[in-house]
Amino acid sequence: MSETAIRPRLVGPTAMERLGKAAPLLLAPVLALAGLAAIGNPSVWLTLTVAGLAMGLMIFIMASGLTVIFGLMDVINFGHGAFVSVGAFVGFTVLAWLSGWTQNPAVVLNLAAVFLAILASMAVTGALGLAFERVIVKPVYGHHLKQILVTMGGLIVAQQLIHVIWGPDAIHVARPPSLQGSFIVGEAAIEKYRMLAVAIGLVLFLAMRHVLRATKLGLLVRAGVENGEMVEALGYRINRLFLLVFMAGSALAGLGGIMWGLYQETITAHMGSEIMVLVFVVVIIGGLGSIEGCFIGALLVGLLANYMAFLAPKVALVSTIALMVAILMWRPQGLYPVVKAK
Amino acid sequence: MINTLLSGDRPNSRMLALLLIAIGLCLAFAPFLFPGTKPLDTAARICIFIVLVASYDLLLGYTGIVSFAHTMFFGIGAYGVALALGSLGASFLAILVGVLAGTALSCALALAIGLFSLRVKAIFFAMVTLAVASAFAVLVSQLSSITGGEDGLTYRIPRELTPAFRLTDLRIFDVRIDGRLLAYYLIFFSALVLFLVMLRIVNSPFGTTLKAVRDNAFRAEAIGYRVVRYRTTATVLSAAMASLAGALLAIWIRYTGPATTLSMEIMIDILLMVVIGGMGTMYGAVIGASLFILAQTYLQSLMASAETATRGLPLLPDLVAPERWLLWLGTLFILSVYFFPDGIVGRLRNRG
Repeated sequence: MSETAIRPRLVGPTAMERLGKAAPLLLAPVLALAGLAAIGNPSVWLTLTVAGLAMGLMIFIMASGLTVIFGLMDVINFGHGAFVSVGAFVGFTVLAWLSGWTQNPAVVLNLAAVFLAILASMAVTGALGLAFERVIVKPVYGHHLKQILVTMGGLIVAQQLIHVIWGPDAIHVARPPSLQGSFIVGEAAIEKYRMLAVAIGLVLFLAMRHVLRATKLGLLVRAGVENGEMVEALGYRINRLFLLVFMAGSALAGLGGIMWGLYQETITAHMGSEIMVLVFVVVIIGGLGSIEGCFIGALLVGLLANYMAFLAPKVALVSTIALMVAILMWRPQGLYPVVKAK
Repeated sequence: MINTLLSGDRPNSRMLALLLIAIGLCLAFAPFLFPGTKPLDTAARICIFIVLVASYDLLLGYTGIVSFAHTMFFGIGAYGVALALGSLGASFLAILVGVLAGTALSCALALAIGLFSLRVKAIFFAMVTLAVASAFAVLVSQLSSITGGEDGLTYRIPRELTPAFRLTDLRIFDVRIDGRLLAYYLIFFSALVLFLVMLRIVNSPFGTTLKAVRDNAFRAEAIGYRVVRYRTTATVLSAAMASLAGALLAIWIRYTGPATTLSMEIMIDILLMVVIGGMGTMYGAVIGASLFILAQTYLQSLMASAETATRGLPLLPDLVAPERWLLWLGTLFILSVYFFPDGIVGRLRNRG
């Protein structure tokens, strides 16, 4: 044993490489700081930031299902917005049934009513997702063009059915009394409902990360995203896995729908397809198929939309498109491109 | 002669040929065959939508790209003419300026969108165009000082194209030869020329390459065709055609607003027309647009009578109410994507 044996040397990534990897994580804080600089007034900024986070997390809830569905099975569902609308309408119906609870000022009863409404809409949209996948999407696996057309057709039919069942007019949804009004922090007013939305969104993101990283199901999903054929060859039924993910994604869209409906306090059959614009922007920014990218993208879009709505209301939606273009110029596949082993 | 006009792309089916000739003759002599304002308006809309749908088919059917920004280009063409007529006065020069400016803007936008989203994945394009088109629609309704916002723009068109103008006092088949008739024939012949130009494009070597890119992009790239370049060119061409169709619409209805040009409903209508008529054949656009617009105009009254007939039954009257006709078309759309991906034209051709 000579002392001069060549020992393996571990070359860690350089500082610049590490910065490059972490750069997407820094985007949201940087945007928030830039917002503070542009707005100037800290209390206004705080209100807008909380609003932006709430909006971003709600969009994340709707977008996460879409992006995992794409990652796992290469299916892009343009009818995802239908689940958002249906979720909102089912939730509204349940809240109307429980009007005794929602008009009561007790916080527990209010939250219980909202919780039941959420459960009901997730159950209904999950079941709808099952039907949608079996009837509409399954025959067109592997054909992007047909998928887009068929899911678009599904969206049209679903919107029309909402018109048939709930009538063609926009419906006003009142939030329960304990979710109305705001906290006052310093000079900033923070709406209570937005805090609830932020909380639900964060819990959901953490839960989703846990499921994807620490459970067998998550392992299979991640493996399926990377190489579906191999997962199948190892004896797992990827179709069943996909069906499960599709249902979960649809249920999440339903959850996002009722939360968005309570946020806007008006629901229409077209709300889903309107919000889908932002959802697509978020999914593209994040990189098709990536949950983390989707999360960052949603925060960026939510914050930017709220800052711009304050600074220059006329170009608010255009600014999110500009953000998307800028990100695509920087990383043409989105923030966290999903690596396919094919 | 006919073969040259059709660029060698014959209907290849007796039924289809008869149907096309019937539609062509009806449109050519519409003012004399169906006197009245509503039928003439329907005929002009059919002409305009044939161009619009054919230009969309150039993208969807021939290149295999799904775009949701087609109404944006349609709208740019319409707003170009509307703004030019509003600011330069009612002259043919203003129309020309508007058409050129609108088409140029459409081409530039299509080029930009194509270059940065077709590079990565064709599926990106569908999502990016959806986002860009809705942002554009919102922008147009926000910038109300220029575009009139949700109310849109009304303007005067050259006197020669208005009902007040008389070419002669002579009546042909009891129809007055007025400016409205001239406007109709302006629309009809422009649409005819544009349609034949597109037919020429898809039957040229360029069009054949587009089909190769659609069927197997990888192989086309391997043979040495720059796939991105072909896709982008097809996008630009179809955007230019769409804005020309928009200009025709602006001239015909003398009003331009978000609801008539930019709305998602029109985008969905175009999709339905292409798929039901038949993707990947220009004749599909003719059949699809004619059937759809006739249905839109006349089927709804049929549904209204069905609604009255079923009144009293549960749920059924709601399902057949005239406002719900998209429900049935949507179902038809899904079924036709599954079972008749070639649409009506494909069916007719396969039969013989």
